Formats: sequence, structure tokens, C-alpha cells
Amino acid sequence: MIDQVPLSHVLSVSSLMFFIGAYGFLTRKNLVTMLIGVELMLNAVNINFVAFDRYLYPSGINGHFFALFIIAIAAAEAAVAIAIFINLYRNIRSIDVEEVDKMKY
Amino acid sequence: MGTSALIFYILSAVMILSAIAAVTARRILRAAVYLLFALGGTAAIYFMVDYYFLAAVQLIVYAGGIVVLIIFSILLTTHINEKLELPRWSKISATFSLTAVGFAITTYVLTAQSFTTGTGTFADATVGLIGERMLAYGEGGYVLPFEVISILLLAALVGAIVIAKRNPPAS
Repeated sequence: MIDQVPLSHVLSVSSLMFFIGAYGFLTRKNLVTMLIGVELMLNAVNINFVAFDRYLYPSGINGHFFALFIIAIAAAEAAVAIAIFINLYRNIRSIDVEEVDKMKY
Repeated sequence: MGTSALIFYILSAVMILSAIAAVTARRILRAAVYLLFALGGTAAIYFMVDYYFLAAVQLIVYAGGIVVLIIFSILLTTHINEKLELPRWSKISATFSLTAVGFAITTYVLTAQSFTTGTGTFADATVGLIGERMLAYGEGGYVLPFEVISILLLAALVGAIVIAKRNPPAS
């Protein structure tokens, strides 16, 4: 793949995926679907790190570690976010962002 | 065009189409399944650049962990037949033009930039090498972020339990 696909194509795919995630984050009103948009954005960033690492610095594996740590942070973030959604649903019977104003103090 | 280039373009088409479907699907459960396809395509790209460990982690943590968590939370919080209402057209067009401009600027910068492809032998990211680098504290070692991530995961674990726990009835 390295010698056949130019780097800019890989980066274009990942930036397209990032902006699709941003579109989903900005248009959706349901909290779970907004989380899906955030996951898409994090995933696109991971592709970027791996592509830069493999194309520009092939003798090291630093991008690999960045991607690993981002995956761990994404997992922690998803776990806490879903705990908050479940608690919200239990309290106000809705996870629509327009009805969530209970957390303002 | 070689075989691996063809595979890459097919994979990226699948990834992009399922990502678009994940942010526009009106049934939430389907959006989660489309997200699974996008994440699986990413794992396939990691396989193509010989990062086998990262691809396995991607499949286990994202596809096995996060998507399952998202599906659980969908089943707990929404009715299965419920369809999301479409956002207003003004919102859709404003957001679409904003993200399209962002993507256009990014691609313009990317194509204008000439990257110098690195030379040298490819590092073989074996599990042994990853483990050694993860716990090394010299140059190229990642023991500090490793420890910070372990604290973060512990905090997230405790925080998720505390937040999602049923509160005792107020007396």
C-alpha cells in the first residue's frame, strides 16, 4: 500500500471522515448520535497519525503509540459519556440536548 | 493500479459511505451499525500498513467495546421503533457548508504541501517491541503516558460507576 497510494490520498480520506464526524456532531440532537460523531472524528485522527508515521518516519513506531493512547482515551470518554446519558435518561426521561438543562448549576 | 491500491480505494469508499450513513441515518441503532463498518474499515487500513497489533486493538476496543456500549445505551434510552426527526434545513445547509469549506481548505493545504517520504527500513511493530517501548523510560520510551493512561482509565472506571449508580431516594 505504501508505494502505490500517495500520502495525500490517505490524508484526504481521513480528513473527509473527520468532517463527516463534525457534521454529525453539529446536526444531531440525540446525545448518543453526537457521541457517534465524536468517535468518527477520533478515528480519523488515528488514521492520520498512522499514515504520517508509516510514510514519513518508517523506521520508528511513534505514531503507533499515539494511536494506541488515543484509542484508550476514546474508550474512557465513551464509558463516562454513556454513564452520564443513562443517568440523564433516568432523571429526565430524555437524552435530547435541547431538554438537557439540569446540569447547569 | 496495483492490487493493494485498489483494495485501499474500495476500503476508503466503504468507510466514507458508512460514515455518512452513520451521521444521517434516522434510526439510531442503524447509525451504530454503520459506525461499526467505518471502524472496521479503519482496522483493515491498519492491517494494510502492517500494524497488526494496532488493528487488533482497534477491533477489540472500538468494535468490541465502544460500539457494544453505544448499542447498550441506545437500547436503554430510546424506543426501538423511534425515528429521529430531521434537523431543520437551515441547520443542515449551514453545517454542511461549514464542514465542506473546512474539508476544501484541508485538502487544498494537503495537496499544496510536498511531503518528503521517509527512507530507511520499516520498523516491524511486533508485540515484543511495543511492550519494550511502552515500558522504556529512555529515548523513545512511553512509560509516562502509559502510567497517566492507567490513572485515567481507573478514574473513568470509578467515575462511570459513581455517575450511573442509582441514587438513594431522597429522604
